[in-house]
Amino acid sequence: MKNPFETDERKAFRETVRSFVEAEITPYAHEWDEAGQVPWKLHEQLGELGFFGFGIDEEYGGLGFDCPFMRAIAAEEMAKCGFGGVGAAVGGRGISLDPIQRLAAPEIRDRVLKDIVLGKKGSSLGITEPGGGSDVASLKTTAKRDGNHFVINGSKTFITGGMESDYFVIGARTGGPGLTGISLFFVEKDAPGFSRTPLSKKMGWWASNQATLYFDNCRVPATNLMGQEDYGFIAIMNNFNNERLALIAGCLGMMKAAYEDAVDWAKQRETFGKPLIKHQVIRHKIADMSAKIDAVESYMLMICWNMEQGDIPVAELSKGKFFASKALEFVASEAMQIMGGAGYLRGNRIECIYREVKVMAIGGGSEEIMRDLAVRQMGF
Amino acid sequence: MKVLVPVKRVLDYNVKARVKSDQSGIDLANVKMSMNPFDEISVEQAVKMKESGAASEAIVVSIGPAKAQETIRTGLAMGMDRGIHVTTDEDLEPLAVAKILKAICDEEGPELVILGKQAIDNDYGSTGGMLAALMDWPIGSAANSMEQAGSELTVVKEVDGGLQTVKLQMPAIVTTDLRLNEPRYASLPNIMKAKKKPIDAKTPADYGVDTAPRLKTLKVTEPEARKAGIKVEDAAQLVDKLKNEAGVI
Repeated sequence: MKNPFETDERKAFRETVRSFVEAEITPYAHEWDEAGQVPWKLHEQLGELGFFGFGIDEEYGGLGFDCPFMRAIAAEEMAKCGFGGVGAAVGGRGISLDPIQRLAAPEIRDRVLKDIVLGKKGSSLGITEPGGGSDVASLKTTAKRDGNHFVINGSKTFITGGMESDYFVIGARTGGPGLTGISLFFVEKDAPGFSRTPLSKKMGWWASNQATLYFDNCRVPATNLMGQEDYGFIAIMNNFNNERLALIAGCLGMMKAAYEDAVDWAKQRETFGKPLIKHQVIRHKIADMSAKIDAVESYMLMICWNMEQGDIPVAELSKGKFFASKALEFVASEAMQIMGGAGYLRGNRIECIYREVKVMAIGGGSEEIMRDLAVRQMGF
Repeated sequence: MKVLVPVKRVLDYNVKARVKSDQSGIDLANVKMSMNPFDEISVEQAVKMKESGAASEAIVVSIGPAKAQETIRTGLAMGMDRGIHVTTDEDLEPLAVAKILKAICDEEGPELVILGKQAIDNDYGSTGGMLAALMDWPIGSAANSMEQAGSELTVVKEVDGGLQTVKLQMPAIVTTDLRLNEPRYASLPNIMKAKKKPIDAKTPADYGVDTAPRLKTLKVTEPEARKAGIKVEDAAQLVDKLKNEAGVI
């Protein structure tokens, strides 16, 4: 189907990302996944292509504009490599960029942001704690003022890219309970009292690292407070909308990859005297998979269009995210069924996509939280 | 120094070409088209020369349908300065293309024209040579590497079984081979900048070129499907087949 929102620039950008992913990522993605790391050069190459520059001013290496359609294109095409850890490894910095641009002290912003946007340095946002993720209001890490410093105590976990990041934006409680009372702090990897350990083996996203961060009387200068004290988390809530859009687009790319591999296989593989694709039971699977992919894509494009108009369609982003991960769960499972034993072998996109369904269903707002948020946004 | 790079919009190299049912040509409806890969190498070379200061202006030209403008934009997004789009819906033969390019050279006065050694659709591989003849300029074809010193150009050409080095006096023509460079990806900032770069809209008539075809395509057919192989029982049977059936030993 034709996309009514297509423009020459979006098409050209998709072409760039697609050809880059096909030539520079897909052939190595499995190898990186097994190795548990992507080469740092990939961060720099993507930085040069403008991958991390959405919504960031040109003086900080950004694009000087934002475009939800292009954000979605970047995430979708990246996901098509089939190994989500690659996208996570480089994209982990995404949710920390806007807070640094808007809320960090000018001295910090001018010193670090450009390097992060151009992929020379890594950064992560740290909100989730061992005691809770989506329930941000019960965040327990504390920051107490001590003269010209803040002293942070507590820990963070599941911090994507955290083992390699040079810079962190950390949520810590400075005030009373609840969402207000949380402030953001800029923390560098060599801050006194800061340490980190990698999460042990994971179900997926192997190419990326997730860290547990420890703050043991970690002292940061008072100027590292980002934005208004106690209102840090409130100030970055919009940030999660772009993350959710990227996750919807990631699900879409994964579905398209799974579908493509399943159809290719069904055309080649012969059973009972004819290709798989000529068997009705397989044809019905393909119809169902394809319809779900189209539905997610159409919904996502409408969400992008609304975002482009300046709206923040929180309910739709929430519905879109769980709808996309549910559709992905279905498509990945059916693709695996069509491919049978061939799909079960490690190194295939589908084997990895099938495992990584769960990170899409849980990360960046679990399906359950998304449903609840959607209904609350709908006013009930 | 001004550098001119002609580029062609062709069927993407990843797409399997399908012959039209009436055998009149390749079906191009709703298939992915992109810049001829050899032309990408030409563009990269021109952009590199601009970056090193060797070239002052790099112009990308395409002769083709309205959509060829996308191909020009790709060149602009890679770093070319401006474009010239000669619009035609005819599938022009190399001689007509070379004549239009000559007219553009006369108008623009480039000192170097870099073309792909061939376009992957028709594989004529003639335009560069024809343009050199029409301009009466020297040509370094199938360039593997090139170096410029003043008005002299040293081109290492790929020839059967090796490399050949030639020296050319500019103005000159160079056609590019696969190993000359690795074309860059158009970055998003450059894609956005390309939007603002000018493209002159022209037609073959503006250059007074007769584009009437000299060749008539009788029919286009798919290559014969490869026959299935056979399995041999033992080495003796293999030798027998190679000797008596294939006739290769």
